[in-house]
Amino acid sequence: MFEKIKKLIEKAGWPRIIIGLFLLSLFFIAPFVGIKVSTSISDTIVRFAMNAVLVLSLVPMVQSGCGLNFGMQLGVIAGLIGAITSIELGITGLAGFLVAIVIAIPFAAILGFLYGLLLNRVKGDEMVVATYVGFSSVAFMSMMWLLLPYKSPNMIWGYGGEGLRTTISVEGYWLGVLNDFLSIKVGNFFFPTGTIIFFGLMALIIWIFFKTKLGTAMTAAGSNPVYARAAGVNVDRMRVLSVVISTIVAAIGILVYEQSFGFIQLYMAPLLMAFPAVAALLLGGASVSKASMGNVIVGTFLFQGILTMTPSVMNNIIKSDMSEVIRIIVSNGMIVYALTRRMKVRT
Amino acid sequence: MKDQSLTRAKSPLARFVISNAVPILFIVLLIFAIPLSGFSTDYLINEIITRLGRNSFLVISLLIPVMAGMGLNFGIVLGAMAGQIGLIFMLDWGVVGIPGILLAMLIGTPIAILLGLLAGTILNRAKGREMVTSMILGFFINGIYQLTILYGMGSLIPITSNKILLPRGYGVRNALDLISVRKVLDNMWSINISNISIPLGVFSIIIGLCIFVYWFTKTKLGQDMRAVGQDMQVAATAGINVDRTRTLSIIISTVLACFGQIIFLQNIGTINTYNSHDQVGTFAIAALLIGGASVVKATIPNVFIGITLFHLTFIVAPRAGKELLGQAQIGEFFRVFVSYGIIAISLALYAWRRQVEKETERRQAKAAIKAAIEDKAEG
Repeated sequence: MFEKIKKLIEKAGWPRIIIGLFLLSLFFIAPFVGIKVSTSISDTIVRFAMNAVLVLSLVPMVQSGCGLNFGMQLGVIAGLIGAITSIELGITGLAGFLVAIVIAIPFAAILGFLYGLLLNRVKGDEMVVATYVGFSSVAFMSMMWLLLPYKSPNMIWGYGGEGLRTTISVEGYWLGVLNDFLSIKVGNFFFPTGTIIFFGLMALIIWIFFKTKLGTAMTAAGSNPVYARAAGVNVDRMRVLSVVISTIVAAIGILVYEQSFGFIQLYMAPLLMAFPAVAALLLGGASVSKASMGNVIVGTFLFQGILTMTPSVMNNIIKSDMSEVIRIIVSNGMIVYALTRRMKVRT
Repeated sequence: MKDQSLTRAKSPLARFVISNAVPILFIVLLIFAIPLSGFSTDYLINEIITRLGRNSFLVISLLIPVMAGMGLNFGIVLGAMAGQIGLIFMLDWGVVGIPGILLAMLIGTPIAILLGLLAGTILNRAKGREMVTSMILGFFINGIYQLTILYGMGSLIPITSNKILLPRGYGVRNALDLISVRKVLDNMWSINISNISIPLGVFSIIIGLCIFVYWFTKTKLGQDMRAVGQDMQVAATAGINVDRTRTLSIIISTVLACFGQIIFLQNIGTINTYNSHDQVGTFAIAALLIGGASVVKATIPNVFIGITLFHLTFIVAPRAGKELLGQAQIGEFFRVFVSYGIIAISLALYAWRRQVEKETERRQAKAAIKAAIEDKAEG
């Protein structure tokens, strides 16, 4: 019995158990401090759906051995370009959302390709280089948002100001196009069926991809590059391909996020976007070199669950919002933990 | 192949240009931007002297971990936070002037040592990934710092002054006025030479630190660090305790950063309790890299050249941006872009060069083995 529990703990990993129990206790305390559990669960699900595609975008790069994609901002930027161009064209509803995706994908593919070539030159130092590539691209695009000739009055500063606004509402364009699709609403409980289905489809595509010959080759390139090369896999090409896929999925991910959130955030807002996604994936049990769909789902749910529950419960207990601090500690603590775990020696 | 010829260029001039590409690029940039900005020379010199006094200590704190082969220590923010905690206590106890600064350093030091010990231990578990780990560790400790300052101070940790605490009775205010110690080090032995004021006090502290760093490299510990930096396995066989040496280098760096942040903030005159430390690591590292340092080699001249070039860009970029494009905001973003971009490029170039070297080595070893086999076959 004791052995069994020990094995289970080992399999799940301490951080996941601690966070899981913490979340469970939050759900348990919630009714006693006057919070409706149905609202909490509903919020958690909405936020899960909102963020899951962004977390999913990390998986291909982890699998191909490029590490955690701290340069996810590149994909986010492509998504933002798609979003504002779609609004500029004035297309509303699902069509607007799809146009945004269609415009974002080529940008993401080009950026991802160049980013992949760069990462192939810095093997072993991918993560720190990626972080600063992400940061500098966000700063570069901040200049671009000021200079690009977008004209839609809903997006530029009024009264002689120049450049795009820091937050642009997608209301009237494609707010909630996925969230409201086939959604279920019972009292306070809301289930964003469309977004969940969309995430499910994306996850299924990625999962099937990793079952194909190409996907297996990619995993092989990540887990043992020397062996993969001997087996005739072009490791460098696999890595570039994985970066391109990650970047495209991230571009779609930010659009899914925005249709639920309701706003497009420009300028320095995407700066730290990679970290919560990375933390969620790691919380789900992924490591620097291995990630699965299960990790994505469990991790996003736990992470978003904590982010949703902590502020409401804490607010009612100590009358103060600790959610931001808890978010910083949990997400970065998780990443530090993953980075210090001893990796299996690669030959 | 192309970059191999780059690192082994024949003419000494070409080699000089390539190995100093980053500083040269910035000098060229500044040659265009300074006239555009329209600032007077006096103003620029004054600003640079102030900024050298303000930032040198922090940038120098990066040198020792580079020597120990741990790369650029993004974890100096840990030291900066320790320094800020020292300053908060100093304000609460109402100690002013130079004694106040010394008190803040005295309180900050043990905290910095503890944080350095923690960072060193963690980085020893993440060998080969020190830089990214130290960066995330900085974010993580920032969370703990905020938790302590925002919820712990005034409730668990005794802070009484209502000038420091939030009206609700616990937690520290967003911005704290450092009027009681403002510029006390800068005004110590300050002299004026034709409109240009030179804070000799701060500069003598910085020169003292430079002498200390120079002396340190000559000590047994300094030599050990260098050995560890070159090759951990060789150092271990030579009887050096590798993990301990690496941890010590991080502790020294963290404590120096703690002092550096106190010097920085007494010049600025206010603490943004929750933001002042945020960019310390990024700006110090960008300055050092612009000065021509790399992940494996950083010297004292790199520090001063780097701060001068980096901060000149900082001062003139917004104004030049305004003159060129009619928007000062662009210049603001430009300097953020430059500081992040320069770190990205320097780190990428370093990693690339190392990869090429490794491949060349492998190829040479292969060729040597082949030759040996052929020799045998013939003989």
